[in-house]
Amino acid sequence: MKRTISILAASATLGTAQAAMAQTEVEFWHAFTGRLGELVAEQVDTFNGAQSDYKVVASHKGNYSETLNAGIAAFRAGEQPDILMVFEVGTATMMAAKGAVKPVYEVMAAAGADFDQSKYIGSVKGYYTSPDGNMLSLPFNSSTPVLWVNRDKLSEAGIDPDIDLSTWEKVGAVLDELKAAGVDCPLTTAWQSWIHLENFSAYHNTPFATKENGFAGTDTELAFNGPAQVAHIGAMGDWARDGKFIYAGRRNEGGANFRAGECAFFTESSAGYAGISSEAEFDFEVRPLPYWEAVVSEPQNTIIGGASLWVMEGQGDEEYKGVAAFLNFLSSPEIQAKWHQDTGYLPITAEAGELTKSQGFYEANPGTDVAVMQMTANEPTANSKGLRLGSFDQIRGIIDEELEAVWSGDKDAQAALDSAVERGNVLLRRFEQASR
Amino acid sequence: MEKRVKFKGLWLPILLVFPQFLITAIFFFYPAGQAIWQSLFIPDPFGLSMQWVGLGNFEFLLADRYYRASFFTTAVFSILVTVVSMGVALYLAVLADRLVKGSGTYRTLLIWPYAVAPAVAGVLWLFMFNTRVGVVTWYLGLLGYDWNHVLNEGEAMGLVVVASAWGRISYNFLFFLAGLQAIPRSVIEAAAIDGAHFWTRFRTIVFPLLSPTTFFLLVVNIIYSFFETFGVIHTITSGGPQQATTILVYKVYADGFVGQDLGSSAAQSVILLAIVSLLTVIQFKYIERRVHY
Repeated sequence: MKRTISILAASATLGTAQAAMAQTEVEFWHAFTGRLGELVAEQVDTFNGAQSDYKVVASHKGNYSETLNAGIAAFRAGEQPDILMVFEVGTATMMAAKGAVKPVYEVMAAAGADFDQSKYIGSVKGYYTSPDGNMLSLPFNSSTPVLWVNRDKLSEAGIDPDIDLSTWEKVGAVLDELKAAGVDCPLTTAWQSWIHLENFSAYHNTPFATKENGFAGTDTELAFNGPAQVAHIGAMGDWARDGKFIYAGRRNEGGANFRAGECAFFTESSAGYAGISSEAEFDFEVRPLPYWEAVVSEPQNTIIGGASLWVMEGQGDEEYKGVAAFLNFLSSPEIQAKWHQDTGYLPITAEAGELTKSQGFYEANPGTDVAVMQMTANEPTANSKGLRLGSFDQIRGIIDEELEAVWSGDKDAQAALDSAVERGNVLLRRFEQASR
Repeated sequence: MEKRVKFKGLWLPILLVFPQFLITAIFFFYPAGQAIWQSLFIPDPFGLSMQWVGLGNFEFLLADRYYRASFFTTAVFSILVTVVSMGVALYLAVLADRLVKGSGTYRTLLIWPYAVAPAVAGVLWLFMFNTRVGVVTWYLGLLGYDWNHVLNEGEAMGLVVVASAWGRISYNFLFFLAGLQAIPRSVIEAAAIDGAHFWTRFRTIVFPLLSPTTFFLLVVNIIYSFFETFGVIHTITSGGPQQATTILVYKVYADGFVGQDLGSSAAQSVILLAIVSLLTVIQFKYIERRVHY
């Protein structure tokens, strides 16, 4: 009797094993841990539960840089995943790797999947499209910088918390008042290069680099030492010297100070929402990123940060069909709207934004739509589509170094930005040579 | 008075040396050879194409004044780490050697930090010296000192040196203590009877007899500060502020794994390899002469 049961059990196991074999596995490498990791796992489970042809297997491969390195190493060993998450600064590296990546629009066409590229929000997908307008990767998590305000800090300093903060001129005046009222940290920032140079340039419709910020070719040169950027960095440098702008570090170290209630203003990604809303024990508010009235009368749009999903070359047709199905699933309004509301990242399709609005989320959570409006206010120009520069992670490192020289008073803004441009251009030339 | 064992024949010595040779070949010669080979190319990150540039990568590096400045930074950093970690370790070892009671406890406690990985040590020190919430920063603030290693280059260097030397003190302590205990008591007692005070005994007897240990530690610590301090730099300063703490090995990592510039990264490893070989040769040729075995 016992024996029959074990035979039955064995054949049952075999049966399920066969069923599993019939399923095509799609490997997906990502860079998320913690709450975001759980949300990705949830998306994958929902997809796997909703159909039986494909099974997506998601693996965490470290932070953004580590995930990219893992993907590159795996490709060299011939064991690349189907889908690799790559942060936005790695975009030029991935684009240059023809023969290693399969553009998303081709994957969709080959799989015969329904794929309408016009559904995706222009300023989000723009970062990842080819010059002829085809999507090369699928935007996954995208955010944009906004101004976080500690309203209690303003009230304590005797300033009306509803005061107009739309321009840097106005913010500058408030910083003076805050300092005079004895506030230790009037303004701090995260990701200085991304917010105060990359986004600053797009927002003021000024080139960050030539050749449409690198979109039109790898023979691009950096151009962020123009008068607008120099004026802004110069003003920030003055604020740093007077103790009105407190520099906390190259990444988002300043977030700890803001969340602890020490700082009045904080320029940070819209995706800071999750952390700030759970930790801040003060009345906070999201405002659009300020602009200089002296430079433009109306701001252009800001650009994104975050990551997109790249499909790797060298897999079978069945796997690519699975990839197409999964990417379409991720783009569906319900999944996108949930992602947007859970994380503070931008929705990648207009439909998802509409759905979020009709669900009443923006009314219940004021300020969560600021980022969306700021991104979509205007049709992107050649200066505000995004950046496509090789070795950009390293160029950001150079920019960090030079900005630190401004904050510490070692260099003036013009000298620092000139030097950053010169040093960055050397890296761009090397990248151009490597990807020839 | 040569005390050398000679093996007969040729096969037995080869057989005995073979395992070590194999390990060296796989873990040293092969990767080092690869690095030299790769340093002659500019490859794309995915290995799809490679361009022969000859010594182009080296020219590119040596023409970069920030790279040249990094040699100086590395020298300052290595000397400070070596001096601090060996000096403190020797002091502690001399004290522990004189202890009669409870020496076991002290020894264990002093060896403990060696178990802490460099990256973790980096995070610990960073937390204490965090510019806004660090405990030490707060106390310094009470004393009227505004600690800010995020913008102050000297403070950043000081912090990475202390964090790198800290774990190393344990290792050096262990060797110094063993060295001290190996010094025959009779010699020291004889000197004491002759009226030599502690400091005289230390200078004329203990320190010279300790010289093999000191020499070994000098070589090992310099190599450590060149290669293994990467984790500390990465967690505390990422090479900043500006380029104040960008040591050579950190730049190898940054260019290779952040910049995906494998050609430049390989060329830098070759340069680093040459420097360390040169330093080791100098140490053995000139400093070892003063060592009494």
